[in-house]
Amino acid sequence: MRPVEPKRIGVFALQGDVSEHISAMKNAVRSLGYEYEVITIRNKDELESVNAAILPGGESTTIYRLLVNFGLYDLLKERCLDTKMPVFGTCAGMVLLAKEGDEQVRKTETRLIGLVDAKVRRNAFGRQKGSFETAVEIKGLNEPFPAVFIRAPAYEKSWGRAEVLSTFRNNIIMAKQRNVLVSAFHPELTNDIRVHELFLKMVEA
Amino acid sequence: MVFELDLKKLRFGTELLKRGFAKMQKGGVVMDVTNDEQARIAEEAGAVAVMALERVPADIRAEGGVARMADPQMIVKIIETVTIPVMAKCRIGHFAEAQILSTLGVDMVDESEVLTPADPFDHVYKKDFIIPFVCGCRNLGEACRRIGEGAAMIRTKGEAGTGDVVEAVRHMKTLNREIAHLKDLGDEGMKDYASEINAPLDVLHEVKKMGRLPVVNFAAGGIATPADASLMMQLGCDGIFVGSGIFKSGDPALLANAIVEATTHFDDPQILAKVSKGLGAAMKGQQAGDIPEEERLQYRGW
Repeated sequence: MRPVEPKRIGVFALQGDVSEHISAMKNAVRSLGYEYEVITIRNKDELESVNAAILPGGESTTIYRLLVNFGLYDLLKERCLDTKMPVFGTCAGMVLLAKEGDEQVRKTETRLIGLVDAKVRRNAFGRQKGSFETAVEIKGLNEPFPAVFIRAPAYEKSWGRAEVLSTFRNNIIMAKQRNVLVSAFHPELTNDIRVHELFLKMVEA
Repeated sequence: MVFELDLKKLRFGTELLKRGFAKMQKGGVVMDVTNDEQARIAEEAGAVAVMALERVPADIRAEGGVARMADPQMIVKIIETVTIPVMAKCRIGHFAEAQILSTLGVDMVDESEVLTPADPFDHVYKKDFIIPFVCGCRNLGEACRRIGEGAAMIRTKGEAGTGDVVEAVRHMKTLNREIAHLKDLGDEGMKDYASEINAPLDVLHEVKKMGRLPVVNFAAGGIATPADASLMMQLGCDGIFVGSGIFKSGDPALLANAIVEATTHFDDPQILAKVSKGLGAAMKGQQAGDIPEEERLQYRGW
């Protein structure tokens, strides 16, 4: 089944900060003057119907289990690899899109979707009391970006086709690999829509 | 929202980080656990977080005595066992328990009426803490007072340990009705209503502007089945706390998994029917209406 007009961006609505991503994406669509519908994805039909998808922040183990239990895991992987569907993952999404995991990923028996040539470390900055806000520089953006890290992961190394877009104290906090964009922080929690615009431009390209 | 774009400065414990943490829990199920083994089962079933406590509410009810913060040794064990966030309960007003929980690395504190209240005058002043708090409420006034003190997340009080969902429904519907009432109020009306329900005016204005609580709002207190979870989600809750329900049931892992799926697919009756099948015995429970008023946990706190 091919996506039909109007073009659609879907946010996985299994668990996490879904509504924040929807409103950020709607604002980005409006700001760039594109015509996209923004919908939620909870089943295969919805996933089949979108041109691009967002994996929101939340708990990666929970989101992983729900992706698998409802048959979305394989379909997502397939669509990203075969049709090069653009996908944007924040925080939990960044964990799931990495190729290699750490001890926590092994412990929870999470099979990573594995689209970015990188090794992820979950909770790279510690528990909630270590969560922080700061400004970061991002390749492709002229001004610093307000980054909100909540029990955030990071990529400790990358290789192959992964392109690093931002680092913070030697941790990779934003990266891109062809049709895949990931960030360790939560652009959807701020009013700054530049990262969502960046993703939209990838979708439009 | 003001955000300083200073590349060198790091800020911890801000309102955005506290409320943001709660947002990451949305659409999820937080499960009460009393030991590391239960925590592992909860994580495997797809819980977004576990709530560490000494005894589940049903046992506190049955056994009586003073209910306090869980043993720090057990909390640490749970933290070491699971990768998901660990929450823990402190007594109402017991800021020293909250300080200890924060030091242990607990991700969120539940200032809970399920434990025996420690302060007859004040709740914990939550803005003093780096880690976020969740607090119970029965109505809008109570929710606003807690948010005014710094709560980053609200939950209905319901009637914990009963397995009877009626009080959670009562509290959620009361909240919804009171929030809807704000729509028609002008500035003077807002002032009068704030004093009527004893709510901080600035928080009440935030609620009116957003048409909902400015923080994530979960259901708690009596949720025992996937259908209960769906009911509360359909009433507008952002997620679910399950206390005694899971580990007082015949097959905790199976029920936990079913409640997780019911919370995600709360508006799909076909999935709800499927996950509700063959769950074995739910907790027996106790009708909330049979409990004498002075023994109801929801009247603790104010």
